[in-house]
Amino acid sequence: MKKDWPLWEVFVRSKNGLEHRHFGSLHAPDAEMAIKNARDVYTRRKEGVSIWVVESKHIKASNPDDNAEMFDPADDKAYRHPTFYDLPDDVEHM
Amino acid sequence: MSNKNLKHYIYGIADNALILGQRLSELCGHGPTLETDIALTNIALDLLGQTRSYYQYIANLSTENTSEDDVAFLRKEREYRNVLLVEQPNTDFAYIITRQYFFDVFHFMLLNKLQKSKDVNLVAIANKSIKEVGYHKQFSGDWLKRLGDGTEESHEKAKQAVNDLWVFTDELFHSSNNDHQVIESGYGVDPNSFKEEYYKTVSSLLEEATLQVPETKYFQKGGKEGIHSEHMGYILAEMQYMQRTYPDMKW
Repeated sequence: MKKDWPLWEVFVRSKNGLEHRHFGSLHAPDAEMAIKNARDVYTRRKEGVSIWVVESKHIKASNPDDNAEMFDPADDKAYRHPTFYDLPDDVEHM
Repeated sequence: MSNKNLKHYIYGIADNALILGQRLSELCGHGPTLETDIALTNIALDLLGQTRSYYQYIANLSTENTSEDDVAFLRKEREYRNVLLVEQPNTDFAYIITRQYFFDVFHFMLLNKLQKSKDVNLVAIANKSIKEVGYHKQFSGDWLKRLGDGTEESHEKAKQAVNDLWVFTDELFHSSNNDHQVIESGYGVDPNSFKEEYYKTVSSLLEEATLQVPETKYFQKGGKEGIHSEHMGYILAEMQYMQRTYPDMKW
C-alpha cells in the first residue's frame, strides 16, 4: 500500500507570529490525508498551530556538486551578517 | 438519582471507549502504514483517556473502596456494557475504518447531547472529549470515502465491511430500564433523540463513498446487557491478564 503513496514534506508553524518550519516528511495518498497524517505524526504533543504540506517531487534542490560555487564565496564576508547593530529588546524572533 | 443507576448508565458509555481503545491498541506497531499506525494509536489513547475520566467518576460514586483499575480490569464479561460493534475484530483496514466511523458518528452526537446533562462531571468529560471525537469522525469518514471511492479492491473491501458491520449499528441506540431512569432525570441522554440524524449522516457519507446503504432490517444486539460476542473473552483475557496475575500491581 505504502509504496503507492507519494512522499510529502511537512511544514509546521509552532505558534502564531513564527514562520512554518520543515518538520519532516511522510507518506499519504493525497494532500488532505497528508495534513491529517502530519497532525498525528508531528503535532500530537502540541507542537503546532498550522500545517503546510507539499509533495516532495515539487521541491527543486540545489546540487551538492555545485556547493563550491554556491556557498564558498560567502566564507570571507562575515560583514554581511547584521551583527553590527544593536537590536531593541522588543524585536523578537530575529 | 441513585448512584447504582448512574454508574450503570456511565458503564454504557465508558465501556465502549475502553473496548474500542483496547481493540485499536492491538494495532500499535501493526498498522498498515507508519502514519496510520500512529493515527489509530492516537485515537486509542484518546479513548482510553476518556475511559479513565469516566471510571474515576464511577470509583468516586462507589461506597466500597474501588479504584479506576478495579473497574477497568476486574469485572466479569457479563458486567461490561459495551456494544457488540466495538468488540468486532481488526479484520482488515476497511473493517477498522468502518467500525470506527459507525462508532464515531454516534459518539460525537452522544457527547454533543451529554454536554447538556444535569451532571456536572459528565458535562466536563463530554466537553473535553468532543474535540477528540470530532477529529476521530473526520479521520474515519475521510478514509471511508477514500476506500469506497478508491480502487476496485478497496471498494470491495469497504463494501464487505459496511455490510458486515451494519447489523451492529442499531444496538448503539438501545437503553436499559435503568438507563431510562437516568435519562428521564436529565442526567443521561436518550440516543433515540438523534437516531434519525445518525442514519442520515452515515447514509450520506456512504453515498459519497459510492457504497450502498444496506437494507437489512435484522440487527444484532446483546452487548449492552452483557451478552457479548465470542470475541469479548479474548479481549478481556489479554486486557485483564496483568491485574489478574499480579493483583494490585502498579506501574
